[in-house]
Amino acid sequence: MSKHGASALATHHKLRLAPSVLALLLCIPALAPLVVIALAAFSPDTEVWSHLSRYVLPEVTVNTVLLLVEVALLSGVLGTVLAWLTAMCEFPGRRFFEWALLLPLAIPAYVLAFVAVGFLDYAGPFQTLLREIFGSSAWFPRIRSLGGAAVVLSLATYPYVYLLARSAFLTQGRRALEAAQSLGYSRIAASWKVALPMARPWIFAGVALTAMETLADFGAVYIFNVRTFTTAIYGAWFGMRSVNTALQLAGVLMLFVLAAFVLERRSRASANFAFARDMSRESPRLILSPAMRRVACGFAGTVFAVAFVLPVIQLVIWAYKSLGDLDARYIGFVSRSLLLAGSAAVVIVAAGLMLAYILRRFPSKLSHTTIRLATMGYAIPGTVLAVGVLVPIIFLNNALQDFLRDWLGDRAPVLMFQGTLVAVLLGYMARFLAVGFNTIESGLQRITRSVDEAAISLGVSGAAMLRRIHLPLLRTSLATAATLVFVDVMKEMPITLIVRPFGWDTLAIRVFEMTAEGEWQRAALPAVAIVLAGLVPVALLTRRGAHVA
Amino acid sequence: MWLELESVVRQFPSRRALDGLSFRLPKGSIGCLLGPSGCGKTTALRAIAGFEPIDAGVIRAHGRLLSEPGFSAPPEERRIGMVFQDYALFPHLNVRDNVAFGLHRLSKSARETRALEMLEIVGLADYAQRFPHQLSGGQQQRVALARALAPEPELVLLDEPFSSLDVELRERLGAEVRSVLKKLNATALLVTHDQQEAFAVADIVGVMRDGRLEQWDPPYELYHRPATRFVADFIGQGVFIPGEVVGPGEVRTELGVVRANGAQLPPGRAVDLLLRPDDVIHDDASPLRAEVCQRSFRGAEFLYTLKTPSGAVLLSLVPSHHDHKIGEHIGIRIEPDHVVAFER
Repeated sequence: MSKHGASALATHHKLRLAPSVLALLLCIPALAPLVVIALAAFSPDTEVWSHLSRYVLPEVTVNTVLLLVEVALLSGVLGTVLAWLTAMCEFPGRRFFEWALLLPLAIPAYVLAFVAVGFLDYAGPFQTLLREIFGSSAWFPRIRSLGGAAVVLSLATYPYVYLLARSAFLTQGRRALEAAQSLGYSRIAASWKVALPMARPWIFAGVALTAMETLADFGAVYIFNVRTFTTAIYGAWFGMRSVNTALQLAGVLMLFVLAAFVLERRSRASANFAFARDMSRESPRLILSPAMRRVACGFAGTVFAVAFVLPVIQLVIWAYKSLGDLDARYIGFVSRSLLLAGSAAVVIVAAGLMLAYILRRFPSKLSHTTIRLATMGYAIPGTVLAVGVLVPIIFLNNALQDFLRDWLGDRAPVLMFQGTLVAVLLGYMARFLAVGFNTIESGLQRITRSVDEAAISLGVSGAAMLRRIHLPLLRTSLATAATLVFVDVMKEMPITLIVRPFGWDTLAIRVFEMTAEGEWQRAALPAVAIVLAGLVPVALLTRRGAHVA
Repeated sequence: MWLELESVVRQFPSRRALDGLSFRLPKGSIGCLLGPSGCGKTTALRAIAGFEPIDAGVIRAHGRLLSEPGFSAPPEERRIGMVFQDYALFPHLNVRDNVAFGLHRLSKSARETRALEMLEIVGLADYAQRFPHQLSGGQQQRVALARALAPEPELVLLDEPFSSLDVELRERLGAEVRSVLKKLNATALLVTHDQQEAFAVADIVGVMRDGRLEQWDPPYELYHRPATRFVADFIGQGVFIPGEVVGPGEVRTELGVVRANGAQLPPGRAVDLLLRPDDVIHDDASPLRAEVCQRSFRGAEFLYTLKTPSGAVLLSLVPSHHDHKIGEHIGIRIEPDHVVAFER
């Protein structure tokens, strides 16, 4: 027996390199952009750099920092307060708000942005109404401003904080509150002294996620005319046609991203060990005074209305009014969106599944590190990834072109790898590999080693085990992963915008083009489709949440 | 009386968790509510702590009203410390700050002194700067005890304090907890489903069943003079054999007349007599024979399950050098210290 084991180990050892290499290959799309940007950062083009540091960086940096601070504060407060109310207190509508407050996740920030601008801007219905009532002198804050963008981004991203803080409040089991009470603190004082500090790692992790979303956002700040790194990169790429400028900007942006990423990782790490095991016993929720009950309900209702109900109503009205737009082109938008999202889902789930298995069957330091790095892509803004994917493709394309021209002369075909679907898919893979991989891996982890061993001891191993044990158990995870990737790609804007083949307009691109022209009404129609798709993962999320609670 | 419960009722939608619970715990003593899961012992503890209202009856401490229907003093004003089953240590605070947490009425320096003093008492003075997740289960438990005792509460409640520890640790910590409580002359009440734990820690033990106390007595009494059939069953091992009372402390059974103290039952009454394994003594000279049906080796002794010729089953604890095979017939003698019999 031991002899047999030893020889099996030896074979493993010989084979070890192959899986690691495969993992590396699968991760190349996600790793290449990082390498490209790092290389560019270490060899700055002085001319480009001096232009950037004089004319672009000051404004862009100040805007980004201000935006980050405002969004972090606003979404942090909104998310934490709402989580505390729904997790710890009892007030009318609490059960409804528990899941309803997650619905804003279905609306991409760029959709919320154009609805807000279209509705509230000078020519919009709201100010027009005000002018009719109060005359033309009525003052109104400027909508297309950094503050406006911050509010919209906060409303779009507070659910991250809400979700994490809520699960923190729920899992700390109220037992900690009781412990504090038995030591002489009132419920409210105990909440401040115990519940909030205990939830802090979760809240920070949530805020870090909103910061990543803010850094990654392109569509919303574009609509609000706020110049940040992402819009500057887009401008450099398309306006100035300067690859170097875009790369340098991407490098600086990555420093911000890295900071948010580290904050998120560290918070989660300290959150991991933080709680006691027992969370079975529910103690009663805090009963608010009648006045406070109304305040709680009103507050949750207002956030829900502003972040979801009103935008959706406005979208539907506009979509209805612009139904005339619905012509043959829309078949193209929809089918291209579906095709891109569908093929991305297939590719990414397949890659994620292979990576998860490599990690399970042939764990090695190399593949572990590779996968960790590659799944950082979810934190990296789409504009950065787009540039990072295109630069090496263009480089390879041109090298190959030169080679062909040397060889074949004028008969050489003209290569354009950069404008192909493969390039777009590589970009998606870089950004969404983590979504697919993490879902599948956590599903795979639930199949313990002893399940494998039980199957093997019953004579079922290899492919039969995969088919009879793993696939049935993994089916839900695979479906979830595919759904999440599918919807993420439907909503995705910057990668599609920068990398797509010429004329390959999707629903998201249609939204972008209409909003770029200020045609809010006509942007509503494709946006409604995107929001509908976005509801699917939120439904998955609330169902899972119901399981936990 | 330090803690007093009078006919306390707690009605849940689906069941009555406390159904007329009454007992009194004197100052400086350690009480224990012992019972199977679902008997209401944890509800009782939570009602005393103030986390659960009561629907009838009254709870008092030191003559002060704590709970009655429609009134419940807030937990934070009861001066009752609690050690939770999962310890509920605050993960964001180090050990010292956990222990100092309830000392908010003291100055900062007095707080620290007191916390360190408490850590000294539970033997964790070197761990003041550690965080809860860096401690073992037993250490966490002692921190929880120190935290509950630091504000000098009038009463400490311990909810299944040893249930998440392994067996060996349980016994040692039981003795340690008892000595800490005694050193501080604390009044304490613990709940558990484990008889060993109850006997190791408590001065007085209440056996609970369906929200009510069956008996409230020192451990020795519970074992040797169980008040009800349930207590006799729940505490320790033993079997019942039918018999008839023939006189004071005398019961005639198929094994002959058993004589001992106790059993105030009128003669002529049909009863079930309780025989503990240590009441059935192995004696080769005895004419009374029984067949070995099962044996379980416990190191120092064997626990034999025996069958008498008439088919009655007995348990007998025998020193382990008496190694008998299954199917062998051995001589036994019935020699209980007390006669415990219940009417049939």
